[in-house]
Order: sequence, then C-alpha cells, then structure tokens
Amino acid sequence: MTNIEIKRIANTLRQDIISMLVTSKSGHPGGSLSAAEILATLFFREMRVNPKDPRWADRDRFVLSKGHAAPVLYAALAEKGYFPKEELQGLRQTGHMLQGHPDMKKTPGVDMSTGSLGQGLSAANGMALAGKLDGKDYQVFVLLGDGEMAEGQVWEAAMAAAHYNLDNVTAVLDFNGLQIDGTTDSVMCSSPLPEKWRAFCWHVIEVDGHDVDALIEAFAEARQIKGKPSIIIAKTLKGKGVSFMENQAGWHGNAPSVEQGEQALKELQEEALTLG
Amino acid sequence: MADKVATRDAYGNALLILGAENPNVVVLDADLSKSTKTADFGKKYPERFFNMGIAESNLLGTSAGLAAAGKIPFASTFAIFAVGRAFEQIRNSIAYPKLNVKIAATHSGITVGEDGGSHQAVEDVAIMRAVPNMVVLVPADGEETRQVVLAAAKYYGPVYIRMGRLAVPLLFGEDYKFEIGKANILKEGTDVAIMANGLMVSMALEAAEELAVKGISVSVVNVASVKPLDVETIVRVAEQTKAVVTAEEHNIIGGLGSAIAEVLGEKLPTPMVRVGLNDTFGESGRPQELLEKYGLTKVDLVKAVHEVLAKK
Repeated sequence: MTNIEIKRIANTLRQDIISMLVTSKSGHPGGSLSAAEILATLFFREMRVNPKDPRWADRDRFVLSKGHAAPVLYAALAEKGYFPKEELQGLRQTGHMLQGHPDMKKTPGVDMSTGSLGQGLSAANGMALAGKLDGKDYQVFVLLGDGEMAEGQVWEAAMAAAHYNLDNVTAVLDFNGLQIDGTTDSVMCSSPLPEKWRAFCWHVIEVDGHDVDALIEAFAEARQIKGKPSIIIAKTLKGKGVSFMENQAGWHGNAPSVEQGEQALKELQEEALTLG
Repeated sequence: MADKVATRDAYGNALLILGAENPNVVVLDADLSKSTKTADFGKKYPERFFNMGIAESNLLGTSAGLAAAGKIPFASTFAIFAVGRAFEQIRNSIAYPKLNVKIAATHSGITVGEDGGSHQAVEDVAIMRAVPNMVVLVPADGEETRQVVLAAAKYYGPVYIRMGRLAVPLLFGEDYKFEIGKANILKEGTDVAIMANGLMVSMALEAAEELAVKGISVSVVNVASVKPLDVETIVRVAEQTKAVVTAEEHNIIGGLGSAIAEVLGEKLPTPMVRVGLNDTFGESGRPQELLEKYGLTKVDLVKAVHEVLAKK
C-alpha cells in the first residue's frame, strides 16, 4: 500500500470515528482522531496480520493501552476486514460487540482488553516475552497516551521491557498534550518525556504523528534496533482533522451532535479531496 | 503429631513437577522467590522464570500478556501484595478477559507472624471471591496444595491460590482427591458440621476428636474450593447435622463463612457460627500465640460447636 493510500485511510478512519460517535452519542473523539495516521500506518503497512485469522499465532500484536481511543481501533479493524463496517454503528450499545473500551473476548482483532490506563505496556511485555520463549519473530506494538504517563505501572513496565531486552516491543506515544482536565503539563507534568524514556534505557524516536512518511521511517528504525525496546514519541493534535475539535480538551470524552457530526464529516470529506 | 510442611513449600515442589510436564508453564515473582518458594523453579528453568522486581502491578499485568500469548503463568508474591497492590490489574487485565493466569499467593493470614499486620492478608479471599471469572482455592496441607496447583494448571482461566508461611500438619496421602468445585467430607458426623479450609482443617479434625469423647458427633468438611463452591455437599451435610460452624484464617466478612452463609441462607437456613478474624487486623507475634489471641484454635472451635448446638 502506498503512502498516499495510507493517508487516505487515516481520513476514512476519522470519518468512521465521527459517524460512529454520532450514533452512539458517547465516546472519545479527541484521542481517537489524534491517532488516525498511527493506526492506519500500523494496520496497513507495518503490522503482519491476517484479518481472516485474527488469532494467528505468528501475527504481530497491537495493544491499545489508551483504551478510550477504541473508536479509531474499531475503524481500523473494520477497514482491514476483521468485521463488517456496519458493526461500527453498534458502538457502545447493549448486545453489540464493540464495547466502550476494547474487549479481546468480544471483538476479533483486539489482542488485549484495555481501558484502565497504565496496564497496556505490561501486557505487551508479556506477549513479547512469550514470543521470545517460543522463538517467534512477531512484534508487539502498544499505543500509549500522554496523560497515561502519570500511571506508575507504565514506568514499572518500561523498566522491565529494558531489563528483559524486549526489542520486539515498539511503543508509540500519542503525544497530543491534552487530557480531561487540561494540558498534560498543567495536570501533572511528565516532561521531559524523551529524556525520561532514554533514562529507562529505551531507544527514542521523535516524529510528527500525522506525517505518514515519517511514521513509516520511524517504525523501520525501531525494527532495526536490537537489544532494547523502542518508543516512537508521535507529536499529534488532539481532535485532528475537525476544526472545532482540534486542540480542545473538552472534546476528550464528548460525542458530537448530529449537526456537529455533519460539519465534521464535511470538513473531512473536503480534506479527502486534497489527498488526490 | 503428624509431619508438618508449609503449603508454600509444597507449592515450590509442585512447580517443579509442572515445569517438567508442561513447557508452557512460566513463573513470575516480585523479589520474594526465596519466600514464595518459586526460586527452585527459577534455578531449574531460568528461561521460564521472570523476576519482575518489587513491582506487583507489572507482575500481574505481564502475566496477563504471557497468558494472552498462550503461556500458563504462575504469578507469586505475598497475598497482601498480589490482591492488595495489584487488585485492579487482576480485575481488568486478567479476570475481565478470563486469561489463564494463576495467582499463587503465599503468606496469607495472621500466621505470617512476626512481620505484623501490614503483611497479613485477612481480606484476600473476600476480594478475590467477588471478582467474576475467578476461581478461589485454599488448600489445607502439602498434599492438597500439590493437587491444587496441578489442577489449577489444567483448568483454563484465572485462579487464586491462597497459601501460608507456617508449616502445617500433613493430613492427606496420595489417595486424597482434590477437585475444583468439590468439598471433601473428611469425617462423617450427625450433630454438627465444621466446614473449614486452610490451616483450620487440621484444627477442625482435632476438635472433632475431642468432641467425640464427649459424645458429640462432628462432621468435618474441607472446603478448599471456595469458588466455585460445592453447594450440593454443603447443603446435604447441613441437612444431616442441622448446625454448622465455619472456620478460616481470614476475616469472617466475605470469606468461607460468608460463602456458606449465603448458600444456607437461601437454600436451607441453618444455625451457624463463623470462626475467623472478627473484622480485625493482625499484629506481630509468634504464629501460635496469634492464633490463640485471635481465637483460631481447637479450643475456639469446640466453644463454637457448643454455641451452635445451643441454637439448634
């Protein structure tokens, strides 16, 4: 798949996020929109997966540690063919498979149940340890949030991944700078993050998280690094692609109304035209 | 007096059996491997042993990931740290997705002794019992621990195994048969039943002997499987004896006594007395002295039997 096609997919994921949140009337748009290029690049370029065999033992794994961004994961899984796109309209509704936060028992393609922040990297490490024990070459990807950096377990897991030389773990930090109560540094300062991760013996790569070409290069670099885990600190814009949501903490966990949804989709469709 | 062995020692030995039997068994610890007895597994199978350092949240979270990738992790630390520090990792990363993790906790209850109340888990069974998908097992002696550990490895899903620090009498031979979801009637009786688990089982047997001399016929039931609970056996025994004493080294709120009261309250209201910690923490001291101070001895069981018989 070409880079421009991945950019188009990121746009499609954003449109799907908006339309499913309008239907569900609840969910988290901001941190889902910020991760669209990251998920598009992972599922349509970087990861070795087979939607026809979601439990394939040799597949690369993906753990959405910032589980509230479930809409972007569901959009990516549907686009990839794990389940029909119509399922997206059942998000957060009784009896449907798309839970408010990812549930590995209910949704094909979800490798780990998440939602309570801070727990994803530990699970990713466990999968990576198992892969090494089994002599498998799969890679484990984990998407972390920047507000999540305040969770102590992240740093326990960061220490362990380096201790066990888990070069089959690649973390991506969706560094959008906002959390529910405001900017990440005003709520609980976690800066400087690159230095912190380097101090925990990780290989650190910093990129623009909306630049597909840069993300592809970053993942390639992470694969080259042996003996230690890598983290891609991806600078992003919360609410990216929808003018009235961009960089607004208030859109962390509120669904758009029907009218707002129409406006958002119009903007995204206009953007799609510019992608050629 | 019978030979004694701590359930944690039996656990360490059972892990060696499992290590040889099943290459998917892995063991994780949090800097307590000499105390939890996982160290021997670590020596024999170093590539399958992971010391996670003093980081219990990550210990349980990493176990979840190993299980998600097909391993059978046994995660060990003291009961207070497993259930206390890592509760939400157990709840959300392990039990919610029903991952195949065995939480093998040692140093439960007041017989931790000298380390004191901060280290004596008295509420762990109550907490684990309330978590959906969780199996809760409390073995009484070395042989039962061996069988509990092997059964947990064969069962698919999360299991909490509660073990102790103190050496306790060996009660069972290899002919004993533990099964998840089954209670074992160790002694048939007609006047009263003592339903116990963990180190209270041997005391229940001693109390039954003493009471027999006085002409009181006591049934002793070992309820190692707190969840799932053997409702059928419990109700049947209560029907025969019409009086029940429960005994556990745990708070009387939420543990075995509560579980049995729930069952009998709904199915067969029966006079009961619960022996356990009366909603109190422990303290530092010699284990035997603490058992006496907190009312967890044969004498206390005999007293409880008289009390419940008076209610019949």
